[in-house]
Amino acid sequence: MKARVHVMLKDGVLDPQGEAVRHALGHLGFSGVEGVRQGKVIELDLAATDAAAAEAEVKAMCEKLLANTVIEKYTVEIA
Amino acid sequence: MKAAVITFPGSNCDRDLADAFEKAGAEVVRIWHKDTEIPAGTDVVGVPGGFSFGDYLRCGAIASRSPIGQAVVDFAAKGGHVIGICNGFQVLTEMGLLPGALMRNASLKFVCRPQKLAVATTNSIFTEGYAAGAEVTYPIAHHDGNYVIDAEGLKRLEGEDRVAFRYIDNPNGSTADIAGVLSENRRVLGLMPHPERVVEDRQGGTDGAALFRALSGMLAQA
Repeated sequence: MKARVHVMLKDGVLDPQGEAVRHALGHLGFSGVEGVRQGKVIELDLAATDAAAAEAEVKAMCEKLLANTVIEKYTVEIA
Repeated sequence: MKAAVITFPGSNCDRDLADAFEKAGAEVVRIWHKDTEIPAGTDVVGVPGGFSFGDYLRCGAIASRSPIGQAVVDFAAKGGHVIGICNGFQVLTEMGLLPGALMRNASLKFVCRPQKLAVATTNSIFTEGYAAGAEVTYPIAHHDGNYVIDAEGLKRLEGEDRVAFRYIDNPNGSTADIAGVLSENRRVLGLMPHPERVVEDRQGGTDGAALFRALSGMLAQA
């Protein structure tokens, strides 16, 4: 079973890297990019076979390590 | 006074920190990230600067969950003193021992220079060696020193007089110019600037010596 975790900065936390990417896109002629937020995708291969249990475990991993919930939010997809 | 200085893979200020403690009269024990206990009789734990675990995932994240990490959390919970400098500050926020987080500098550039700071409170064992409102210069060298805390957290920090140092001419975009913060019990300090790099004349300054002297003197009496 595979899990995919998306980690993004919370709304309201300024993302300097996203801003730099937005400016660079502007320099390349891509006008009209009003905002860029940069995050992370983490893929996990799991031994688990029960989707609900896997999701609960991956959420625990997010809380304990994969995301810093002071500044980041996360979503978990199980496939 | 006995200080324990941790070395993680990628730490690069651990020897400087050990040296600063020794010059202030402390007995220093060097410990390794795979150790699971803080040595008996330790008065203060030093979490050094560097790039622990290559800054993988987030700065300080892996180090904060390493075997010694839990021992540091337990040591602090029992009222032990902890100082985290630069990457060590990032580690302490990741451990949850200090509020807030350190993000990429607002300029996106690595900043490396002598930095003027204001001592924002002398009400801590770390800063009582300075005069109230003193201005000091410590070196800074970091890419992720942009201190972020929400409005409520900031209000609490300021209300409880827990901002230890503030930047004069903010180099990295930190909220409210914050360079260093104290824990609720005032026994854990995290700061981005490097006091251990200015403890003797040949380093170009001695502004950091008072921090280690005060720490050493107070803890020797305790």
